[in-house]
Amino acid sequence: MSSSELTAATHINPQPPLRQTTQMPTVATSSSRLFNGFFEWFGELGIFSWRVLKAGVSPPYEGHELVRQLDEVGSKSLPLVAMAGSAIGVILSLEARYSLTRFGAKSMFPATLVYSVVQVMGPVITGLVVSGRVGAGMGAELASMKVTEQIDAIEASAINPYRLLAATRILACILMLPLLTLATDACAMMTGWFTQSLVEPLSFHQFISSGFKGATFNAFLPQTFKTAVYGLIIGLIACFQGMRTRGGAAGVGRAATNSVVLASLFLILADVVLVKFILVFFP
Amino acid sequence: MATDYEIATKQGAPEQNGSAPVVAVENVFKSFDGHKVLNGINLRVKKGETLAVLGRSGTGKSVLLRLIIGLNTPDTGSICIHGQDIAGMALDGMSEIRKRMGFLFQHAALYDSLTVAGNVAFPLEHHRRDMSRSEQSDRVRQLLAEVGLDGDLEKMPSDISGGMQKRVGLARALALEPEILLLDEPTAGLDPISSGEIDELILKLQRERQIASIVVTHDLHSAKTIAGRIALLDKGEVVIEGPFEELQQSDIGFVKEFLKQS
Repeated sequence: MSSSELTAATHINPQPPLRQTTQMPTVATSSSRLFNGFFEWFGELGIFSWRVLKAGVSPPYEGHELVRQLDEVGSKSLPLVAMAGSAIGVILSLEARYSLTRFGAKSMFPATLVYSVVQVMGPVITGLVVSGRVGAGMGAELASMKVTEQIDAIEASAINPYRLLAATRILACILMLPLLTLATDACAMMTGWFTQSLVEPLSFHQFISSGFKGATFNAFLPQTFKTAVYGLIIGLIACFQGMRTRGGAAGVGRAATNSVVLASLFLILADVVLVKFILVFFP
Repeated sequence: MATDYEIATKQGAPEQNGSAPVVAVENVFKSFDGHKVLNGINLRVKKGETLAVLGRSGTGKSVLLRLIIGLNTPDTGSICIHGQDIAGMALDGMSEIRKRMGFLFQHAALYDSLTVAGNVAFPLEHHRRDMSRSEQSDRVRQLLAEVGLDGDLEKMPSDISGGMQKRVGLARALALEPEILLLDEPTAGLDPISSGEIDELILKLQRERQIASIVVTHDLHSAKTIAGRIALLDKGEVVIEGPFEELQQSDIGFVKEFLKQS
């Protein structure tokens, strides 16, 4: 477009160039803010993780608080994961029996149920249930402490809040998730067997021996212990979201929600990597 | 031309006594999101001395206390506690300094999952592991008796009034027998009798234990009673610093207006 044409166009409709100059920076600014916010979040998470690690490995160790958190994360989550596991066992039993009967592979039922529970459903269900219960609880508790200056009061009392509040909670999650997963698996297998035995009597011993026939440690242990990584994700995200909260009651609500949503999301994303890792290193 | 602070410093006490200050705030600037809160603050407090910091709401008085205890870091300038510059100090190094300081928060900041006694015992449980449980309990009872709350040990913070929470916060701040006490509005929300008791307690600590205190307050009467010097802040700057009589004699418009309204 020549300069005369441009002048003419501007004369006829002077608004578009003005709109372009005002809108473009707005879009660019909001995109850049989003982009910056994304990397800022990861940067802050990295710094937070480093502080927690540094505080967690150096004395004094907060043994009492760790025991309290083990109880909070472990014992108090047990009924919930047991119920979730039991329900999963019933569902898998009903679905598997139907599908296996259709394909004439009914004898594979115990192995299908055991492998489905231990390798896939047990770890993921436990992770998601604990993420919901513990993630929200920790996020809200720490956020509430943050907005009421209780975390500042801990720091002012010469106590490292990263050690007392974050390291203990994260370690409790790491230690408790594999144990809770074992509980979920056990409940799922029990109810799976029970549901099956209502239709077609099968002894529990027979069910277990046939389910684990030919199984190696590599088939089960990595799948169970990978949940320690879920524990790390749940604890780390909940503590991070809680301890960076701003803005009163609304901030506490946001922290609790974000803790659950982000922990669940990262847990599923991590599972993709962990499954591939286990397949490569523990074939 | 000398600034108000320089004039006040020349006239006031800070440089007259030869002993080294336990708290020295030198040319401290602090902004939050581009908003200047502290604009070149200079303050010194010696052992056994009480400095009251007065000023309008939002002039950075509480921020000043948070900087001194290291909960925030200054943009520029230095804060020395017992001669050690705390700016940029690691958390564990700062903890050693904080063990010698007591801090009372504006809203008490009590741990809401612990009882009154649990709140006061909290610093003892973490830093005085040489003390037995019964010694710690005795110390907690003694501290709560000093602030007039010896009958409320097992109550939860949510079950006591704001004024009582303040007193529990003060007892907690005194648990480790600090050499420096930072009090953010210790008498706000208290009735005149309780307020007088807190003032008396601060004077007693000053007299018996030679504690250096910085007290942020809006209560001019309390400031006059407990503090040897008063620093008046406006727009993040020290307008005047000196004994109360000096403030009364000042020709600075803001000082006159502040005293008139108080």
